[in-house]
Amino acid sequence: MKDNLLMKLKEDVSIVLCGEAGQGIQTVEHILMQTLKLSGYHVFSSEEYMSRIRGGSNSTLVRVSSKRVSAPVDRIDLLIPFSPGAIRHVRKRISPETVLLGEKKIYENEYRGERAIDIPLSQIASEVGGSIYSNTVGVGLLAGLLGVDRDVLDQYLSHHFAGKDETIIQKNLEAARRGYEVSEELLKNGKVQIDLKRQDGIKNEILIDGAEALAMGAIAGGCNFLSFYPMSPSTAVAVLLTEHSKEFGTIVEQAEDEISAMNMVIGAWYAGARGLASTSGGGFALMVEGLSLAGMIESPLVVHIGQRPGPATGLPTRTEQGDLLFALCSGHGEFPRIIFAPGTIEDCFYLAQKAFNLADQYQVPVFILTDQSILESHYNLPSLDPARIPFEKHFVETKQGYKRYQLTNAGISPRGIPGFGKGLVVLDSDEHDEEGHITEDLDLRTAMVHKRLKKLDLLMKDAIVPELIGPEEYEILIIGWGSTYHIIKEALKRLGRQDTAFLHFKQVYPLHPDTVNYLQKPKRRVIIENNGTGQLGRLIRMQTGFGMDRKILKYNGLSFSVEELEAQLKSVLD
Amino acid sequence: MDTNLFDMGEIDIAWCPGCGNFAILNALKQALSELEIRPENLVVVSGIGQAAKAPHYYRCHLFNGLHGRSLPVAAAIKAANPGLTVIDESGDGCMYGEGGNHFIHAIRRNPDVTNIVHNNMVYGLTKGQASPTSLQGFKTLVQREGVFHEPFNPLAIAITLGASFVARAFAGDVDQTKDIIKQAISHKGYALVDILQPCVTYNKLNTYAWFKEKTYYLDTSHDPRDRFEALRRSWEEEKLPLGIFYLHPRPTFEEKMSVYKESSDPLYKRSPDFKKLSEWIDSKRGI
Repeated sequence: MKDNLLMKLKEDVSIVLCGEAGQGIQTVEHILMQTLKLSGYHVFSSEEYMSRIRGGSNSTLVRVSSKRVSAPVDRIDLLIPFSPGAIRHVRKRISPETVLLGEKKIYENEYRGERAIDIPLSQIASEVGGSIYSNTVGVGLLAGLLGVDRDVLDQYLSHHFAGKDETIIQKNLEAARRGYEVSEELLKNGKVQIDLKRQDGIKNEILIDGAEALAMGAIAGGCNFLSFYPMSPSTAVAVLLTEHSKEFGTIVEQAEDEISAMNMVIGAWYAGARGLASTSGGGFALMVEGLSLAGMIESPLVVHIGQRPGPATGLPTRTEQGDLLFALCSGHGEFPRIIFAPGTIEDCFYLAQKAFNLADQYQVPVFILTDQSILESHYNLPSLDPARIPFEKHFVETKQGYKRYQLTNAGISPRGIPGFGKGLVVLDSDEHDEEGHITEDLDLRTAMVHKRLKKLDLLMKDAIVPELIGPEEYEILIIGWGSTYHIIKEALKRLGRQDTAFLHFKQVYPLHPDTVNYLQKPKRRVIIENNGTGQLGRLIRMQTGFGMDRKILKYNGLSFSVEELEAQLKSVLD
Repeated sequence: MDTNLFDMGEIDIAWCPGCGNFAILNALKQALSELEIRPENLVVVSGIGQAAKAPHYYRCHLFNGLHGRSLPVAAAIKAANPGLTVIDESGDGCMYGEGGNHFIHAIRRNPDVTNIVHNNMVYGLTKGQASPTSLQGFKTLVQREGVFHEPFNPLAIAITLGASFVARAFAGDVDQTKDIIKQAISHKGYALVDILQPCVTYNKLNTYAWFKEKTYYLDTSHDPRDRFEALRRSWEEEKLPLGIFYLHPRPTFEEKMSVYKESSDPLYKRSPDFKKLSEWIDSKRGI
């Protein structure tokens, strides 16, 4: 028996599915993730893929664990190649321990190791009814190896294929069963041993990605208007809001360009709707003119930027945190704004919800900066609660003689909307008087600038305090923002240093005044960012005067992996 | 209804004496009062330029936004609250130059918005450069040898794209202009009213006298539902026809929206449905 053993795993298994676009990898990932979760395991998945519809080499990482997992690893315990190019594509990540599972004809020319298990997937599939069922055979095989209950697999497949022809459903069930039987054999003859602990509570948890959490959060925040032009990786949010637009009464319009999309969203807010502009950096570049308009007319606005590597078209399907300073400085002229950067899937939901309320309350643009990495990462979490943040409307019923830009002490003028009340709501992209009409009264100009800029004080007081993870007393402070949250956390946990803490920002602008207290404590400050220049580091220095001692940056289009970051931290800290 | 309802009282108007804008302002105010539209229910969106200042000079809700970007704003306002009367009023540079792409797609989108374009064939506020509608040979400080680009023909484009209402008026005739504007506002769907007007400061070619000489009204023999005839008339250049060229009623942008199928409440009256949202969240628990 022992001689047979190729793989023995406990607690945390990393599986990589790799092949060409259009081979159905996403379907395998989806069914696997769902059935594993329904069987009581923690799961995480992330994808990296090329900007093409078919061919190329794409890979999906699935982590299955007895503990919560939310970050990508390089390690591959189990590699499933779907095409001959797959092994080359992930070569650097294959270790002597990696077990390869698949068809010999796919891997034989590329793989020289001894840990391959040849599974005649297409032969089994053709016995079931055709090569089209290969993926489902694979699903059954993996599900069986990882300990998915057979009933759960059957039930989920029936659910997944519901609405299809009955023969197709039956053949898929049969294909999965045949794959499952192969796994039973592998387990029985001792080639593979995987012992993961399950927990009943996980079965009832939700399993989503950042994009869906963000779309749900937007709905929770009262979003009922979306205008967009498709652009990776933000499109998923627009597609989800469209899919649910009837249910929630959301107007969705695919505009002729991002300039139009942005102006529509601002127009919708003016008429009392809650609009979302969702795009990526290149699309946002076109929206900047409109952003400045929102600044001048003090329109509430929520902008989602799903970041990807630039400049220009960059790497369309990859990830980067490259647009922070762009979002911060975008728009001609001076006006306040808020910038959020979700670090977790929960953050995607709650920050999106909060963004709509804050935009309405302070009449400022609120940004949500995500990236491909967080938008397309899936993991299970207990739940999301829309009622945690109350829904608030901040506009008023106007009276005759209403002045949209009434000068007030706080800097916020009550916002009326046309058709609600007797007043007229007048606004102008030119400098304006209290009524909203064009003015060139330069004293009034000064008063209006003060009024707009004063809001920044309120925004700072209301800012989210950064989260400190690790010891209260620390000599080294690691700083990160947005989507690197889980990766940094796991890497630091592995390092296990008592002198090091991690400060994570999910609001990157304006920074909460308490930020300074965290920054002045340590001997060394180390910033970790998924970009080439350390943009948050620069922002922190600009706002607080504190610089960074070391920078760990990555900008090849991929997110950090836990091992990579662990190694880099080690070399920096030792 | 009295046109006084739209009067602003003593205000400083930034137009040159004798500007065609004054006549358009009068025609529009008369049209609105004859249609009994109240200022509280009227939203006017405009861009940038001398024409775009017009809605500052009559009582209405006003969104004076960016140069060329008024049409997307107008469509969104109408969609968010279909009970409002929405007019988009700006100049030829705004609509046909900077906003050209939005003009094309507003026609396709067909919101119930009346698009009034002050067309004086020149840029006034930036002091006399050519506009997309400037005629060939028109000399300016920039186009020193005379304009050589083919002029933009807004009517032909609108008709070709199947705009639901296409008309041309002349500011020198307030009565007829008022009638055309009234029909445009009453029409359900996107309505283009291109209004020829002189610029007394920067356009010495297309003067009141020139327009008077060069224009005539379409008569009852013109069938505005005949797209190809309308297109043919839009290309007449010796003498420019005035009146309603083309009618093509079809469902509007906001009518096609599912959000108003069950309730006609404008969006500002609505709140998110947390119960349904919880169901969506729960659906992520699996089967």
